[in-house]
Amino acid sequence: MAGKTYDVIIIGAGAAGLTAAIYTMRKQLRTVVVSPETGGATALSNWVENYPGAKAMPGLELMEQFKAQVTALGTPLVATKVKGITPGVTFRVALENGETISGRALIITAGKVPRRLNVPGEDKFFGRGVSTCATCDGPLFKGKPIAIVGGGNAAVEAALELAEIAKPVYLIHRRDTFRADEITVAKLKTSAVQLVLGSEVTAVHGDRFLNGLTVRDQAGTIRELSVNGLFLEIGSDTDPVLVAPFAKNDANEILVDARQRTNIPGAFAAGDVTDVAYKQTVISAGDGAQAALEAHRFLTVPGYHWPKQ
Amino acid sequence: MALREIGDQNFETEVLKAPGVVLVDFWAPWCAPCRVQHPILEELAGEMKNVTFASINVDEHPTVGGRYQIMSIPTLIAFKGGAPVAQFIGLQSKEALRAKLGGL
Repeated sequence: MAGKTYDVIIIGAGAAGLTAAIYTMRKQLRTVVVSPETGGATALSNWVENYPGAKAMPGLELMEQFKAQVTALGTPLVATKVKGITPGVTFRVALENGETISGRALIITAGKVPRRLNVPGEDKFFGRGVSTCATCDGPLFKGKPIAIVGGGNAAVEAALELAEIAKPVYLIHRRDTFRADEITVAKLKTSAVQLVLGSEVTAVHGDRFLNGLTVRDQAGTIRELSVNGLFLEIGSDTDPVLVAPFAKNDANEILVDARQRTNIPGAFAAGDVTDVAYKQTVISAGDGAQAALEAHRFLTVPGYHWPKQ
Repeated sequence: MALREIGDQNFETEVLKAPGVVLVDFWAPWCAPCRVQHPILEELAGEMKNVTFASINVDEHPTVGGRYQIMSIPTLIAFKGGAPVAQFIGLQSKEALRAKLGGL
């Protein structure tokens, strides 16, 4: 089915995508933003204190201001997921709502999603004890046994926070040392958190709801932990469907040059989906603007040269 | 119609004994994705006339949350004739919800 054709299709509606839309709309480019939700990772942040020019506020509130600016420009927002991207002279983007749209340029700003363990039972008990949002679901486990998986700041901070609510709290980590800041790790020693180090979760089980985990240590010893909650704090990944056509680094992030160009002419990327060193709202916004301005040059400057990567 | 905030005290009349499909959003103030879900439901409530939209704060109203064993929020449960007919866990997009609710 032949769908609508745009100058620019922006996939993702966090800080990078919404900023890109402001810039492409102001350049009079026919723009569409495709994203199942708006606000990206910033919207899920409880408190943002480092976005210059704005007072400290909940991430969602900041992103609502971004969105208001985008909608005031008349930008169409399509609330659906992308099923596939086919590069060509024009990019064809298949949407989950059944439509296929075309764009002369593409800006990928779809960020990342929380990483999963990929062990048996995880999908079955997701939302029935297994969670990727400790701040959301932790308080629902008052006085109950739970486990957190991970070794970074997010995991250790979640364990410390949940130790005030749930009991007992296990922190399961593949290695024997933590990547988290020393000051945070030091707090673990005086907390009620029980450390399960050098160990991996190999299966999760229950009946209607989660009631246990199988954990294997480096020596191969298997043990069972009785828990009602399992919180995954093991990082995040890009969406494989969206990054598939592009050159990527080892972390599956899209490689971009200093002007947000990918290896495919006409396709740009910005924000957490790229190999940018720092995943920050202000950087995503800046890179989104840069992607939009460069997309405008790509579409309007005769003989625009796409550098080989 | 708008998204209505309900509680333990009126869950029976507003949801279980209400006509048609009622979508209930189980949320809590500390949950960031719940706050992203909220405006999506408000928009849908304005557009889908044949579904009633309600939200319940599980922190202030633990009885209903406990009855339906809510262990992850946001959780959305669609009720019809007093019984749950569909359950959606985690943040749901507007288009996905519209499609799922349309089939009930």
